[in-house]
Amino acid sequence: MDFLDVVLLSRIQFALTIMFHYLFPPLTIGMGVVLVYLGGMYLRTKDPAYRQAQKFWTRVFALNFAIGVASGIVMEFQFGTNWAAYSRFVGDVFGSALAAEGIFAFFLESGFLAVLVFGWNRVGPKMHFFSTLMVALGSIFSSIWIVVANSWQQTPAGSHVVPMMRNVLDENGHVMRDDAGSIITEPWVIDGTPVMRAEVTDFWAMVLNPSTAHRLTHVLLGCFIMGAFFILSICAWYILKNKHVDFARRSFAGALILATVSSVAIAISGHFQAQNVYHYQPAKLAAFEGLFETETNAELQIIGWPDVENQNWAWNIEIPGLLSFLVHEDFNEPVLGLNEFRPEHRPPVIIPFFTYRMMLGAGVFFVILGLYSCWRLYRGNLYESRWLMWLFVISVLPAVVANQAGWIAAEVGRQPWIVHPTIERDAQGTPLRDPDGYIRYERTDDGSRIAGLRTDDGVSKVVAAEQVLFSIIMFLVIYLLLGAIWLYVLNRKIQAGPEPPDEGFGESTGGLFDVFKGHQTKPGLANANLPRVSSDEEPKA
Amino acid sequence: MTIDNTLLLAVTTHEALAYIWYILLAVLLTGYAILDGFDLGVGILHPFVARNDLNRRIVMNSIGPLWDGNEVWLITFGGALFAAFPEAYSTVFSGFYNALMLLLAALILRAVSLEFRSKIGSGRWRTLWDMLFFLGSLLATFLYGVAVGNMMLGIPLDPNHEFAGTFLGLLNPYAILVGIMGVFAFALHGSIYLYLKTEGDFQESLRPVMWRMFFVFVAFYTIMSGWTFFNLPHATETFFNYPILWAVPVLNLLAILNIPRAINQRNEGYAFISSACMIAAFVFLFITALFPYLVPASNNPANSLTIMNAASSVKTLAIMLIIAVVGMPCVIAYTAIIYWTFRGKVTIDETSY
Repeated sequence: MDFLDVVLLSRIQFALTIMFHYLFPPLTIGMGVVLVYLGGMYLRTKDPAYRQAQKFWTRVFALNFAIGVASGIVMEFQFGTNWAAYSRFVGDVFGSALAAEGIFAFFLESGFLAVLVFGWNRVGPKMHFFSTLMVALGSIFSSIWIVVANSWQQTPAGSHVVPMMRNVLDENGHVMRDDAGSIITEPWVIDGTPVMRAEVTDFWAMVLNPSTAHRLTHVLLGCFIMGAFFILSICAWYILKNKHVDFARRSFAGALILATVSSVAIAISGHFQAQNVYHYQPAKLAAFEGLFETETNAELQIIGWPDVENQNWAWNIEIPGLLSFLVHEDFNEPVLGLNEFRPEHRPPVIIPFFTYRMMLGAGVFFVILGLYSCWRLYRGNLYESRWLMWLFVISVLPAVVANQAGWIAAEVGRQPWIVHPTIERDAQGTPLRDPDGYIRYERTDDGSRIAGLRTDDGVSKVVAAEQVLFSIIMFLVIYLLLGAIWLYVLNRKIQAGPEPPDEGFGESTGGLFDVFKGHQTKPGLANANLPRVSSDEEPKA
Repeated sequence: MTIDNTLLLAVTTHEALAYIWYILLAVLLTGYAILDGFDLGVGILHPFVARNDLNRRIVMNSIGPLWDGNEVWLITFGGALFAAFPEAYSTVFSGFYNALMLLLAALILRAVSLEFRSKIGSGRWRTLWDMLFFLGSLLATFLYGVAVGNMMLGIPLDPNHEFAGTFLGLLNPYAILVGIMGVFAFALHGSIYLYLKTEGDFQESLRPVMWRMFFVFVAFYTIMSGWTFFNLPHATETFFNYPILWAVPVLNLLAILNIPRAINQRNEGYAFISSACMIAAFVFLFITALFPYLVPASNNPANSLTIMNAASSVKTLAIMLIIAVVGMPCVIAYTAIIYWTFRGKVTIDETSY
């Protein structure tokens, strides 16, 4: 199957698995904040309505969390299975962030999730609130480390690229030592070129690399928006259907405020992040804006169709000078275009251009919707507006789209690099240029190559296209199944509302192998026989 | 120079740090095998021991609040392997591609079957997730065993540390034997755990299960030990070099023999500790047999990945050690809190699966 390219297939698989996975962490991070709010309010007011609300949202949260965890393991494995050359290159740097995520975030999150979900009747309200807080913190810690790792790939810092050394082994596989007893090492050379890897020089500089703070702020606000709109959507539906209205209004107001504040904040964060992207990855910003030539008074594209081949526009709507102003706070400063970069180092334009606009469009919509709804909430006639409630029912979709599109724009805009090299600058911060005029990337110490890693070179060498094709099909089938069941179970939980559904023991199945043998299923036990704990029972202090 | 300074100096050499990380990875692997071991075992036994829906739910809820935290040990092991020994992580994960994809499928389906199973009353729905829970647990455990078996044998590697074998080559008789032994080891461990967490008639019905799992496991254990001892000379090399290490196989044997004694005494807590010790001893035997390699090459020993060849830089290993020293006590504290909170016999209530 020569037509199948293992790099392309691995990229498709990574995109597929991460997009599916990334539906869930933003939901759990955003909902975590709401759970903390509800748990805290219950502790303060002892109003059982808060407890009931927290129980309902926790059931939904647990469902989202389970799929998030199940699909998350895939991500960690995939670095090694599909991107082994990349893993060899970045392991020294990227691995420590991933390991820190495991130790500092996942244990906290999954441990206390047990208390949050199963501990209602086992621990007192204070311990339960503490667990809620720990789960929310754990999910935020997790996002911190994963954004650190990703940001380092975009704007490497605190590391350098050096030849890899390895021990020399004799024919028995034993380490060889020199006369002084030191292990003999030599640079590792494949096909005449030394193998390079990134090594940490300064851990905190790596963690706090130039884009970490901007990207983390942006990602977390995006998660809050997603969690808030998810809750708003369900509550708006209850209000429209006139079911559980008190409950819905109580959750609605809090989520609306979270959504509005986050939407306004993310617009501000987005502006500063775009400036940061321009400084460290100007080719990416040029792709976002479809800016082919460097120009002063550069125009901001509202929408259009970029004609990449001819570096022109099939049609477009633009605002002259605004891009220069947004980037430099000066209409007349030039903005670097794609032509400043070697053709083989230019990112594709179409995907970043449109996904970036989808994210921006959704953002503008959230700000308008949020501010207008807050005003109506203040006026006291928010819930009477049916069209507004319908708008909230469907608004969870743009929230999903914005989160996904933002990541796609960021990751495709980084291409063709899997680890983006640093741009060399003079003391004034002006990018340096190679003799042929193109912008210069940092090179390794011996000057032999650019100190980054191309996506093409990051793929596993021993994995065949057929293997990746098989796994893509496997993931597609599993994820479609999970996605469908998730929606089905979620819908049932929403239909059931804040009063917990009693799934009971219904029709009981016999043993698995009895079914195979065609035996009659045994009658189920009546619910009355069960040691049920009533939901009204006071928890142990 | 004081002893402390000497120790500090010793720890900061690259070699010492790499060996420390080799041991820390073994600790993570032990934690994973003991903890997820019992919940995988529970999954394997589940269709055989629970004959009605109430018992099914009791079986699933015995691990309900715990399995997720247990699986984090695997994720952290993966992250730590990536960070401390990126070469080994890359070689093994890309080399075992198909096997790992099957493992991922098994782990995903197993995880969601717990979450989905009791959400709907229908018998067919529940049977479907029961089946996936069982198959996921079985396949995952078997694949772990196959992976261990292959690492014991060594895998073919080219001079660039890339896997040079095939997927079918990984399914060799020795690896399959280790895989089956692993299934029964976890099933035994899981049956003791279930006995610990249940009461009444259901608990009594688990006694013969524990015995059966024990005898089948011992049969496979004996074959596997003989095979390893006589046919895998490099696996026993370290033991002959450092005879004190023979204490570990002896402890392993004692732990195993202690299981029937504890079952007879009806002291299930003691039996569980014994099976946990048995698993810990297995992991120790495994890493001792591998030492000083991480990935031994079966075709040409000179292509092997040694601990040093696979290790990260001094700086990364030291940073990771700090992360571990700060993080692990927290992890142990949470684990203790969670296990304490959910101590005692399983009851089904509104929050159960």
